[in-house]
Amino acid sequence: MGNATSAEALVQRSRKKAPMALDELYREVILDHYRNPRRKGTLDGDHIHAEGQNPSCGDEFSLDLRIEEGAVTDAAIQGIGCSISQASGSMMAEALVGKSLDEVAEMTSLFKQMMGIDEGDNPVDPDRPGSVLGDLEALQGVRKFPVRVKCADLPWTTLENALQSVEAATG
Amino acid sequence: MSSLAHLIDDFPILGREINGHRLAYLDSAATTQKPTSVIKAISDYYENTNANVHRGAHTLAHEATVAYEAGRAKVADFIGAASPNEIVFTRGTSAAINLIAYGWGLRRLTPGDRIVITLQEHHSNIVPWQLIADLTGAELAYLELNDDYTVDTSMLEKVIDDRTKIVGISGMSNVTGAIGPVADVTAAARAVGAIVVMDGAQSVPHTSTAITELDVDFLAFSAHKMLGPTGIGALWGKPELLEEMSPVEGGGEMITDVGLYESRWAPVPHKFEAGTPAIAQAVGWGAAVDYLSKIGMDEVRRHEVEITKYALERMAEIPDLTVYGPTDLDKRGGAVSFELGDIHAHDLATILDEEGVAVRAGHHCAKPLMRYLEVPATARASFYIYTIEEDIDQMVKALWNARKLFGLD
Repeated sequence: MGNATSAEALVQRSRKKAPMALDELYREVILDHYRNPRRKGTLDGDHIHAEGQNPSCGDEFSLDLRIEEGAVTDAAIQGIGCSISQASGSMMAEALVGKSLDEVAEMTSLFKQMMGIDEGDNPVDPDRPGSVLGDLEALQGVRKFPVRVKCADLPWTTLENALQSVEAATG
Repeated sequence: MSSLAHLIDDFPILGREINGHRLAYLDSAATTQKPTSVIKAISDYYENTNANVHRGAHTLAHEATVAYEAGRAKVADFIGAASPNEIVFTRGTSAAINLIAYGWGLRRLTPGDRIVITLQEHHSNIVPWQLIADLTGAELAYLELNDDYTVDTSMLEKVIDDRTKIVGISGMSNVTGAIGPVADVTAAARAVGAIVVMDGAQSVPHTSTAITELDVDFLAFSAHKMLGPTGIGALWGKPELLEEMSPVEGGGEMITDVGLYESRWAPVPHKFEAGTPAIAQAVGWGAAVDYLSKIGMDEVRRHEVEITKYALERMAEIPDLTVYGPTDLDKRGGAVSFELGDIHAHDLATILDEEGVAVRAGHHCAKPLMRYLEVPATARASFYIYTIEEDIDQMVKALWNARKLFGLD
């Protein structure tokens, strides 16, 4: 498909977006993480740190990770922004702790597929909610709001930047 | 029902449906919608007149030049300028302010000089001065705000001191809607011999502008915020200042002679308009000015005061809603920034969009002001001649829905 065609398809898709229930977007669990972010704060001692922001909207997110023997053993977050970006960060921080770096990479990939950021079908199983990405699956409603996908993605791009510094160090 | 409600039919886009609802376009401070007369002027130009301006000997080149210069004359008339030659076409307000900064400021400021601006400025009247301060060693100082969000003029003489060479002030804030104290600031600048740069991006579209009464030295404004096309704006300057100002961009159109090592500039305003200008946009802007002039800017202002009054009253019905801006209608225009409880502005914008209501959310290119207000982001509803009470009602209904979705009830 050429560029012109896909640009036109995007325009058509944006115009044909069916009105959807906002309560699919603003689920209880998202509002809970927005109002009571888990693992809020910073880490002492050895850790890696990364910050991200969306300059177009001003959302900010910072992440501290402790990595020991190839696994995330602690995580802390801080941020300012919309419910989607902050809830995504809170859920991500919860999900990270205890995972090996390979598992983190796998989770990141699945999340990005769920959001339609990366190629591939939505991996979430509608018959078994929570079985693939746990609480994070509550964010799948964001996929239908293209302008908000970057909000949900902010913590994950920050995570990728943080892990790149690990890769650079361990080379 | 407002006396300007009949104008809605002149704006084709207002007939669109968004997410199954009628469009309530409340983002006119970002850009305004265009009436059929402007759209038609642009397509007519391309269908019948299109050619490059100023050099051609053929009929179309002549007609295109006349059309382009007629746009300049209309814009000059609109602000009460003595001559079309006082209008330099630019890409927009930002480009106009950058032109003053680099064309006037760069060659005149020295270390220790002061540039004074206000906390209500848009980034376009902040960042160019930061860049010039950095290049020249001048320092940047700010006028702060009163509790009612207007610019505090009690410290004018202290801040605009005898080191001050340039004072920048916006005629109307794009965030709070506050009208800038241009006359007071200009008087203080005159007392120390500083020049006054007025950012008219919000004020020129919404209030009557009499440039000779304002007595500022430069005025920057944009077409697209006053029914015209994007891609064109203007710098009005006092003739003697434009005369002594250096060109910033070199190229075609802006010279009378080019030698191997130096050139002679075309007369003002052409010496500032290097390259093929935005011809169709100038034609479209002329049509926009015609449209506004037919209504009359006093009527435009009257309508906006009325619709802003209605909006502020309706919004006051909603619990936990905070408006950031003057409550006194004489001190403000039709840009209303607000927060609703702990709902982030982007969430509000999404919820409102689902009901066809277009508002802005974020820092509105005024981060210093947002930090001063201690809010990371606000939602902003902004109005123009085509805004009607039904638009406000639609927004208010959606705001109640937002409260429900976020469990605020």
